Amino acid sequence: MQNRRQVLKQSALVAGLLASTGLFPQFAFAFNKNAFEAKSVQDALKALGVGALTESKDVSITAPDIAENGSVVPIAIATTLPGVKSMLIMVEKNPATLTAQFNVTESVDSAFSARVKMGQSSDVYAVAVLNDGKVLYAKKEVKVTLGGCGG
Amino acid sequence: MADPMRIRAQAAGDKATVRVLMAHEMEGGQRKDASGNIVPAWYIQEVTATHNGKTVLTAEWGPAVSKNPFLQFVVKGAKAGDKIGVNWKDNRGDTRSDEATVS
Repeated sequence: MQNRRQVLKQSALVAGLLASTGLFPQFAFAFNKNAFEAKSVQDALKALGVGALTESKDVSITAPDIAENGSVVPIAIATTLPGVKSMLIMVEKNPATLTAQFNVTESVDSAFSARVKMGQSSDVYAVAVLNDGKVLYAKKEVKVTLGGCGG
Repeated sequence: MADPMRIRAQAAGDKATVRVLMAHEMEGGQRKDASGNIVPAWYIQEVTATHNGKTVLTAEWGPAVSKNPFLQFVVKGAKAGDKIGVNWKDNRGDTRSDEATVS
């Protein structure tokens, strides 16, 4: 039978060990390295811990049909759905698929524009992760004349 | 210290459109230099945007975001005179914060 003091001591020790191994989230902003190194759409979603994709008309992606310069491809993603948790931009055939993740709060619209690099012609995914666990996407093929990754 | 960001925030109705241009190399870690060595990745990983001090958006980026990244988003309930702050942190631990006033 352990007394209160021993229990406290032990739990403090365990907490210290956990902290030293980095298992404790130091702040809510833990960069998800695995997700950003994933090689495919499925792997990236798995690393983020979200479920399977469903295509949806409520998610929109705006991107050029042909990008002359793969190092600057303007992408706009948006959804009108309520309860969006985060939105992702994924370029399927890049060395790492996941490009950007936007964590949406109630104070911003779920619509973002950014510019991304593309190594070659590929499908670009706009993904909306909803609070109820649904994962919706829209995709668009962008043809790249000059790749923007190697060199 | 990195170069300042250019932030423009324009109110329209009860929303404000914020456009941010950050100055950053965003090296992807795929490129090789003249002697064939891979140039190590150097890119912005975390972006935070605030409206009058309250965090409204956080984003995580990979190395595939373009050099000198551009970001556009819409803040609800922002009006002229409000402060929009943007803060980034790259994978070397460098950070930069800038602020703009909604016009």
